Amino acid sequence: MSLFSIFNIAGSAMTAQSERLNVVASNLANADSTTSADGQPYRAKQVVFSAVPLEGQSGTAVRVNAVVNDPTPMKTVYDPSNPLANKDGYVTMPNVNVIEEMVNMISASRSYQNNVDVMNTSNAMLLKTLTIGQ
Amino acid sequence: MTSQIDQAFQFQQTALQLREARQSLIASNIANADTPNYLARDVDFASAMQGALGKNSTQLSMATSAAQHLSGAAEDSVLGSPVLYRTVLQPSADGNTVNMDEERAQFAENTVRYEASLKFVGQQVKDVLSALQSF
Repeated sequence: MSLFSIFNIAGSAMTAQSERLNVVASNLANADSTTSADGQPYRAKQVVFSAVPLEGQSGTAVRVNAVVNDPTPMKTVYDPSNPLANKDGYVTMPNVNVIEEMVNMISASRSYQNNVDVMNTSNAMLLKTLTIGQ
Repeated sequence: MTSQIDQAFQFQQTALQLREARQSLIASNIANADTPNYLARDVDFASAMQGALGKNSTQLSMATSAAQHLSGAAEDSVLGSPVLYRTVLQPSADGNTVNMDEERAQFAENTVRYEASLKFVGQQVKDVLSALQSF
């Protein structure tokens, strides 16, 4: 029954989207973290999605292949009173782009909702299939 | 008699199998809406249905005389019909060809048609039962 595989497909997408939302939350929370465990300012993280064909069934699931550090350069802010300022008075801030993260958040949330809809529809279809001949 | 009952259900059964496989393909497209370089896929329902019912086979098999020969069949197929790629209307920067509006529309349409086939098959069961109980 390939209708059952839809639960795997939509489920994998929901997992991936919630992981993306997780990363967005982490980025937004640390948008001003000038130090982290390694002493460096926080670096924004991004998820990498990849398509995974299902074994023996038609259909393609999705999974988070990797969580990578955002390669964009760090921001610098002039704030001589900050104890972390360098000799010229500049503080290195995380490379989190708050606008981009908000857009990412909306996109992840909409994609998640789409997959919940897919799952609900397929669930209703399966239940109707069980009533054949009644 | 058994084979006649079987034949009576054959058409709707094939239709349900195809609808089911198509539903899973469209669900894959929706699931991979944010995956870079993912290409949206679907089957041509009409030709797949005709192929499955044996009216005209959409697939020609190639003669293979050695083990290394290619079969000539599409890698992904639904009831013998190849799974095709969607035509891109608006290309996106990340190489993804999923058009969410179209996928949602096709998903809804496929659901309704699946349920229609279910209704037909249910009614056929009722017909056969009433024929059996008519004496």
